[in-house]
Amino acid sequence: MYVAVKGGERAIDNAHRWLEDERRGDRKVTDLSVDQIKTQLSLSIAKVMAEGSLFDPELASLAIKQARGDLIEAIFLIRAYRTTLPRFGVGQPINTDKMIAKRRISATFKDIPGGQLLGPTFDYTHRLLDFKLLADGSIDEFEPGKDTEQMFQHVTQFLNNEGIIETEETSSSEAESPDLTRQPLEIPANRALRLQALTRSDEGFLLGMAYSTQRGFGRNHPFVGELRIGLISVEFEIPEIGFNIEIAEIEISECETVNQFLGSKTHPPKFTRGYGFVFGQSERKAISMALVDRALRWKELGEVSDGAPAQDEEFVLYHGDNIQATGFVEHIKLPHYVDFQAELELIRKIRKTAFEAKKG
Amino acid sequence: MSNSEEDFNFAYLDEQTKRMIRRALIKAICIPGYQVPFASREMPMPYGWGTGGVQVTAACLQETDVLKVIDQGSDDTTNAVSIRKFFERVAGVKTTENTGKASVIQTRHRIPEQVLSEDQILVYQVPIPEPLRFLEPRETETRVMHALEEYGLMHVKLYEDISINGEISTAYAYPVKVNDRYIMDPSPTPKFDNPKMNFCSAIQLFGAGREQRIYAVPPYTKVISLDFEDYPFEASRAEKTCEICGATNTYLDEVVIDDKGTRMFSCSDSDYCNSQKS
Repeated sequence: MYVAVKGGERAIDNAHRWLEDERRGDRKVTDLSVDQIKTQLSLSIAKVMAEGSLFDPELASLAIKQARGDLIEAIFLIRAYRTTLPRFGVGQPINTDKMIAKRRISATFKDIPGGQLLGPTFDYTHRLLDFKLLADGSIDEFEPGKDTEQMFQHVTQFLNNEGIIETEETSSSEAESPDLTRQPLEIPANRALRLQALTRSDEGFLLGMAYSTQRGFGRNHPFVGELRIGLISVEFEIPEIGFNIEIAEIEISECETVNQFLGSKTHPPKFTRGYGFVFGQSERKAISMALVDRALRWKELGEVSDGAPAQDEEFVLYHGDNIQATGFVEHIKLPHYVDFQAELELIRKIRKTAFEAKKG
Repeated sequence: MSNSEEDFNFAYLDEQTKRMIRRALIKAICIPGYQVPFASREMPMPYGWGTGGVQVTAACLQETDVLKVIDQGSDDTTNAVSIRKFFERVAGVKTTENTGKASVIQTRHRIPEQVLSEDQILVYQVPIPEPLRFLEPRETETRVMHALEEYGLMHVKLYEDISINGEISTAYAYPVKVNDRYIMDPSPTPKFDNPKMNFCSAIQLFGAGREQRIYAVPPYTKVISLDFEDYPFEASRAEKTCEICGATNTYLDEVVIDDKGTRMFSCSDSDYCNSQKS
């Protein structure tokens, strides 16, 4: 019995020891090092950092090791750690124009100033198992060309020069960019808060939501204006010295979609935008996020909602957090026998009344 | 989590977070039954395991407190053990299984059988704080309904229960009205426990971590279970006697004790049962 009348404490201790043993696995096999995870499972690291809302590859690797590769469990470890950290201020807005990109593509133009840069992508690989990796085949080192050391203007900027796409409004005040991790989520949320929630939402949830918009549940006709992945610096203004210093360099994925336009006979139509921004190399999620962001913007763009799930802010924002979701879904495995007992009594009573009525 | 207790502030949460929670608690006490939004933190246990209750307890605990933790009425259920150990480790407070000796009692799904006193705080773990949630899934709507005291929907639901099943078919998390104003979810306690909330001497605090809500019932506050004049509320229990202590007035667990499905009934409140035995 898992709710032993006595001995719950010993059961828990033993469960933890067993768990540790299983995590380590066969002792004849070398222990997996955090460095190995950090350098060889970088896409897992990206997911854990993005959904854990903490950019720290080392801790993400540790969390993945501790969680036996269960990424939601790893994200949870990171979240629980992150929430104990003091928040000492707000960084300067990140300028992704200054990204040193290792990947940057546009689906809306054949060629773009600076060129299409594929970077380390799975896109054109053939998905054939590479049995060489079963043996310890060595891999040649790759030196990227000079193209990868430049900054690129955003592709949507070219459209903007023509006035053919809406201009993004920037906000820098804290009131306009509330902190989801320090204030309770209240609906309606502004776009800054929505984007914050989306970037830490579960990748699979966002993917499903984005996919649903493509299949007609809140269709928004997206083109990938630009997708870029690379390093950007994070700056923080120290009031005592009065200028910005660089406190970190982080890898991010950014996706800007160009979506169908608004307009009327009197107001010239313009393309609209969706935006995705995710820690690490996470382009599936960046694209999904941009689609969902655009779907959620129907009200501010004066559109009529289809009533589709992806357009429903309350639905998307309340259900995208995988740590909340996994906790609540899984908690039904905890003892509920007191409530079940109450249900038993009730159903017996109602059945008895029904039987008696039938007989009578 | 590392193994050194020095790594944590008293009761785990940092003082700023505790202050934020205490502000929410004070507001909740001032407006009985009203759900106060608060910036719930991720805790080192999953949502659904009592993170709301744990945060409320952490914000209330002082070094002199004596803590009792129960789940399903018992001190020995796995999650009660786990939460008690957590506070032993991060707050170093004394713990007890004795209801009368506890100054703070955190509970999941039960109210102790022993009548609580003025110097006690009862902290409930709450999964879904909104009593109207299953009638109206949108938070934006339910907040307005509370603001306007528009509770017709709930009464219609209870009426429909009666018309379909002959009685109100809610056995736990049975809705109550607090201080003649707010309809409140008592957390998923069996409705047997509802009358204990009415004019209770102890402070009753409710924490819903994932849903980021705190609410409260101050001492000696009217808490009435919703019903109709011709279908009055009934605090039901298994009509049996505890086979361990012989109590006839307590909430009972029904335990299957062999493969033939033989049942045994015993008190769900393990401390009360022990005290009756001796």
